[in-house]
Amino acid sequence: MRSLSIASGVILCCATLTGCGLVPSPAFLQPTPPKGLRPLTGAGSTFDYPLLSRAFYDYYNEFHQEVNYQPIGSGGGILQLVKGTVQFGATDVPMNNRELALAARTGGAVLQIPITLGAEAIAYNLPMVHHRLRFSGPLLAAMFLGRVRFWDAPAIVALNPGVKLPHWPVLAVHRSDGSGTTYIFTNYLSRVSPAFSRIVGTGKAVLWPSGVGGKGNAAVAELVQNAPGAIGYVELAYVLQTHMPYGVVLNRAGRYVAPTLRTATAAADAFAELTPSHFSIVDARGLSSYPICGYSWVVLYRHQPAVRGHELRRLLTWLVTTEQARASAVDNVPLPAVARRLALQQLGRMDD
Amino acid sequence: MRKVSQRLADRTFTWMLRLFTFSLFALLGTLTFQLAEASSQAWNRFGLSFLNGKVWDPVRGVFGALPFLYGTIVSSAIGLVIATVVGVSVALLLTQYAGRWVAGPVSFVIELMSAIPSVVYGLWGIFVLAPWIRSGLAPALNASLGFIPLFRGQIYGTSLLTAGLILAIMTIPTITAVVRDVCRAVPDELREGALALGATRQEMIGLAVLPFARSGIVGSVMLGLGRALGETMAVTMVIGNRPQIVASLFQPAYSMASVIANEFTEATSPLYLSSLYEIGLCLLLVTTLFYAMARVLVWRVERRARGTLL
Amino acid sequence: MNARRLLFRRRKEQVFLAGLVVMTAMALFPFFQILSLVVIKGLPQLSLGFLTRLPAPAGMVGGMGNAVLGTLTMVGLASAVSIPLGIGTGVYIALYATSRYAAVLRFIADVLSGVPTILLGLLVYGLMVVTMGSFSGLAGAVALAWIMFPSVARSSEQMVLLVPVSLREAALALGATRMQTVVYFVLPTAARGLTTAALLAVARVTGETAPLLFTAFGNAFWQNGLSAPMAALPLQIFIYATSPYPLWQAQAWTGALTLLLLIVVIHAVARWLTRARQ
Repeated sequence: MRSLSIASGVILCCATLTGCGLVPSPAFLQPTPPKGLRPLTGAGSTFDYPLLSRAFYDYYNEFHQEVNYQPIGSGGGILQLVKGTVQFGATDVPMNNRELALAARTGGAVLQIPITLGAEAIAYNLPMVHHRLRFSGPLLAAMFLGRVRFWDAPAIVALNPGVKLPHWPVLAVHRSDGSGTTYIFTNYLSRVSPAFSRIVGTGKAVLWPSGVGGKGNAAVAELVQNAPGAIGYVELAYVLQTHMPYGVVLNRAGRYVAPTLRTATAAADAFAELTPSHFSIVDARGLSSYPICGYSWVVLYRHQPAVRGHELRRLLTWLVTTEQARASAVDNVPLPAVARRLALQQLGRMDD
Repeated sequence: MRKVSQRLADRTFTWMLRLFTFSLFALLGTLTFQLAEASSQAWNRFGLSFLNGKVWDPVRGVFGALPFLYGTIVSSAIGLVIATVVGVSVALLLTQYAGRWVAGPVSFVIELMSAIPSVVYGLWGIFVLAPWIRSGLAPALNASLGFIPLFRGQIYGTSLLTAGLILAIMTIPTITAVVRDVCRAVPDELREGALALGATRQEMIGLAVLPFARSGIVGSVMLGLGRALGETMAVTMVIGNRPQIVASLFQPAYSMASVIANEFTEATSPLYLSSLYEIGLCLLLVTTLFYAMARVLVWRVERRARGTLL
Repeated sequence: MNARRLLFRRRKEQVFLAGLVVMTAMALFPFFQILSLVVIKGLPQLSLGFLTRLPAPAGMVGGMGNAVLGTLTMVGLASAVSIPLGIGTGVYIALYATSRYAAVLRFIADVLSGVPTILLGLLVYGLMVVTMGSFSGLAGAVALAWIMFPSVARSSEQMVLLVPVSLREAALALGATRMQTVVYFVLPTAARGLTTAALLAVARVTGETAPLLFTAFGNAFWQNGLSAPMAALPLQIFIYATSPYPLWQAQAWTGALTLLLLIVVIHAVARWLTRARQ
């Protein structure tokens, strides 16, 4: 009993003291002390996490300021900004008027800055099909509505002549957590299918009439990989990294286009104007535009205390200019000119 | 003099312990208060129809909790039925048959099983359990027991059945540990008496061990129920996350804890957030209700057991 | 006739035993499968560097040193508060409380240990994080402490109840006060059970993810005191496991392996200590 209590006491005390910073950690545990720069905290989109973790790692090496970003989800990022627990949030869908009004009550006006661009792939699990399958917007809508029930249905065969499709049930896999990914996908389906718009609608979390849900991109990817006959919408980086088969989608110009960094940029370039309230770039015009794409945004308050505001502006300006060159290393699309213009213009409005 | 200081110390000690128990009330109180306050908006909007509403549609702002209640209760029930049978069996093997060199390591493994984080169980559920259910267990059940509506319909890997099985695996250690301790506490005179009368071990278990351990078994099921009702991560990963009420166990469903975990980070509209808090409150109430029922059950079993023993 | 009956009973016994063995095998099988999965996927990346380095961006080799330190800090703090509190409450329920009050306390403790841990995370988020204006390791530790407390109370009560009444009566008869009886006779006798109970609770919260999401929050850098965001192993595992990059996913498995090793060490220490005493 005695040895036990002594041992546990020692362990607890050590842990507690280390936590309080009273006992110096071993040398290798010590960071280079940031001189006068307090750490910044941000939260939000999981989609932005690979890009931002890379960016803030570089930023620490260059400017010796810690920026801690945690991927808790887009809505979480907005909520935390409103609650005042983070200095900036990141979200795949800009804040809407209701959210802006909520934020205005606690911290005033909000700036919304585009930081990256993403595309969504249509992944499927049909091991015997070696052709890349073709999809159209109305077909995808019908499949996710549960109206096209088998893979050898005429609607699918019509788009894929010559491909031998099995008589397997279609298992539509969707996100169970609310997400910007779902918003962009439902935004696209509602745009191309009146039925989908009427029955499901556009949103970060919707009531799906059929299929199964997975939490996060990774879970959707896993469900699709593990269930024969499954189809799901997954962010491009996931399908590229996991080497899942994915389809080409018919765009507005009547071409079948695969999601790539290039076709996503083409879709973004098709819109001459971009503002936080006109942010949708789904179903874009242009021969090589991929139709299911969207921007991701950083949100922060316009009014900032002096030093902090200066630091945030320096960080975000660096993020939308210098750091964009490294974006493609983590399968992110570099920001098109129109978006960079908007970002810099928004940052110029900052009061500090 | 020494007596007085001793009495003072004794009294201080008692009061200190009493204060400790107050923190249980404080915890339950603040939790209930916070959940109730945060869910007031949903309550004002939907009232009682929140509880029997079958539709959960965030886009149109319609929130009903019934599918989540259904998913939680059915998956926990499946889990506990299996876990009770298996857990009691393991406990009996450990205490009545196995020698030290078997009982020691097996007990250790069972202890470790309760310590595996639920995220890890969830990963295993997705990679191993769900594919096996889709291609192995579910078709077999469908072929043999397909006349029951529970085992009919299209087969999905992530389903009520998968969630139930993972809950069974996660509650087996809880049940085993408690039942094992209870079985160890069976007086040797009872066991030896039964054996001396010529009973086989199996008969001895039926005559002496199980009657003595009955209330302990019910208690362990309660503990397991507590874990099953509130389990979040592992269930989220395998239940399929679709708010629907269907008889088939092969279909995806949704649980209360899962919907909170899935949607809390994205609910930025106040009504949506408030509805999630109300689900949390419902979960607290459901847990309480089930415990109350189980308590009454234990109480009755104990009374009957006393009647037969004395 | 008698012989046949005997044979039948012996067969029944054998079938029963075989059933128990099969059940036990079914119970243990998932554990070994999970264990082998974690070891096969996690072991190749496990190294000193993994345990001492900071996480690195996708495509670069980093570690989870800050997460391991953060988990130890928060679990240590939470244990330091909730284990004494829980054991005290358990002792009170078992030995002091009137039967009606004890029933109420048991009931509340049971209900609380069944509440999903994410709700306790939200509670602490409302009480501490929003009021302090920042996520913090302290908030994470408080959330974990709240989670441990009811289950420690409940299981230590059961352990205390296993101490023979005759022992307590003997101590009291010798003139010991109730406090002395508890401190010098009951607690040492129940030490083995209490240690197991406490360690089970420690092991359980070591793997908690959901309640830390809105309290400790996670940190990509070394911790900076208790009032700043703090990294935790389960959080880092969760984030890496849901990422698209194979290197990160592999590190998630290594993190899971580290977590399991940590838990195994806690259990082994407990076993060793209690055995050494006997």
